[in-house]
Amino acid sequence: MSPLLEITGLSVRSATKVLVDTLSLTLQRGERLGLIGESGSGKSLTALAATGLLAPGLRASGSVKLAGREVVGAADRDLDQLRGKAVAIVFQEPLTALDPLMRVGRQIREPLRRRARRDGRPLSGQALDAAVLAIMVDVALPDPVRIARAYPHELSGGQRQRVAIAMAIACEPDLLIADEPTTALDVTTQAEIMALLDRLVRDRNMALLFISHDLPLVASAVEQVIVLRQGVAVESGPVARVFSEPAHDYTRSLLSAARRFDAALEGRQ
Amino acid sequence: MTLISVDRVSFGYTAERRILDDVSFAMESGDTVGLVGESGSGKTTLLRLLLGLARPDSGTITFDGASLDPRNAAFMRQFRRQAQIVFQDPYSSLDPRQKISSIIAEPLRSLRIPGDHRQMVADALSSVGLDADAAGRYPHQFSGGQRQRIAIARAIVAGPRLLLADEAVSALDLTTKIRIVELLASLGTRMSLLFVSHDIGVVAALCRRIVILERSRIVESGDTAEVLARPQHPYTQRLLASVPRLSLKDTRS
Repeated sequence: MSPLLEITGLSVRSATKVLVDTLSLTLQRGERLGLIGESGSGKSLTALAATGLLAPGLRASGSVKLAGREVVGAADRDLDQLRGKAVAIVFQEPLTALDPLMRVGRQIREPLRRRARRDGRPLSGQALDAAVLAIMVDVALPDPVRIARAYPHELSGGQRQRVAIAMAIACEPDLLIADEPTTALDVTTQAEIMALLDRLVRDRNMALLFISHDLPLVASAVEQVIVLRQGVAVESGPVARVFSEPAHDYTRSLLSAARRFDAALEGRQ
Repeated sequence: MTLISVDRVSFGYTAERRILDDVSFAMESGDTVGLVGESGSGKTTLLRLLLGLARPDSGTITFDGASLDPRNAAFMRQFRRQAQIVFQDPYSSLDPRQKISSIIAEPLRSLRIPGDHRQMVADALSSVGLDADAAGRYPHQFSGGQRQRIAIARAIVAGPRLLLADEAVSALDLTTKIRIVELLASLGTRMSLLFVSHDIGVVAALCRRIVILERSRIVESGDTAEVLARPQHPYTQRLLASVPRLSLKDTRS
């Protein structure tokens, strides 16, 4: 079976700089991969390039295959067939991912309706409303009937991110890309959202590409990691191996910084 | 000696909702205190009161034994010289059109502090680990971590007794963050430090004492090591349990 996502020699360039430099990775169904990097590492650009969403000034070269179809150089119309079904993304800031003028129930309904129609089992009316509520229950939104009628600004940050996640999984994607999905949230809310993502990925047997600067968070979410620095993958492998025996100096410096805060929390400093 | 005393302070921007509810804590001179809270806890509002940018609805705040009253201009002039602040975002807190020397010397000018400003700026730059030639450059020529060093240099140039920091390392990358924490820790030996943050790991690494705010109230405070080892309040326990850690992964695998 071909991989859900196969990136080979991907480079992303602006007019003056190489932002992602010959990156390769593959993800099969059910696999979880973490992209770790600080600002400017190219981790978010990789997610955008993987879904053909790069800003107009940026150029991708190399190959990105989503469900066996080439993304680099493909027309937007062709990519639309893949987005949602082959891949869906959850972004860092749910407030910018949601339409501020649309009730959240309607925002979830739209991808559900399109996915159902595409699969040849169109949903409408009460069946569609029931499906919206079911998916809101699945992402553990409290009081779904009330929240379906709410606007994004009436919800808390954690609830908004649950709505964004509901929209992503409404398309039943094979691959979920989560780009710093909890960075804008409080740490107690983060723990809840991480538990939710873990359950959804497991229950729906999705692949997960988890992008974050937070090492312990990545370690809790994935089995394999790639450490990116200024667009270059400096190290990759199983989380346990990379974190216990880092081969690259940069990985070592990240780990030692993370361990310092860990140690302080445990009174070992 | 008590430097700051907050005694039964309440505050609300509107009559209906209290942002701070009966908050009390004291800070000794020379201490490093971390004020920890999540969004909506009231930590930023408490900092505004401590800066004299707003007055409590009830309760009192004293600085060095004197009432911190924003309406008392003479007191506030003295106070501003003794208490300076570093903000979260080094990209928005430095004027892009001014040279670094001018940015750092700003408190010296506005507080009309006499002396050799050029030398004082050079000393401040050296205290934060920047080269003297940084003085002639502009903010855009520096990285986020370097900009935060510049903001810290500006805060310490007038020789304050108290340095306040509002999420001062939250916008920084991990490897930069640890270096700025180290810098603040070294400054903490020379002045009192009140560090406001949502990040309990950073507070654990930096502050001797900790105050935990949840929804307008202080739920727990004390010696940082003590609170981390034996958190008493359920919220503190939940907060600590929510922080992802590498060490947990180590024991699992």
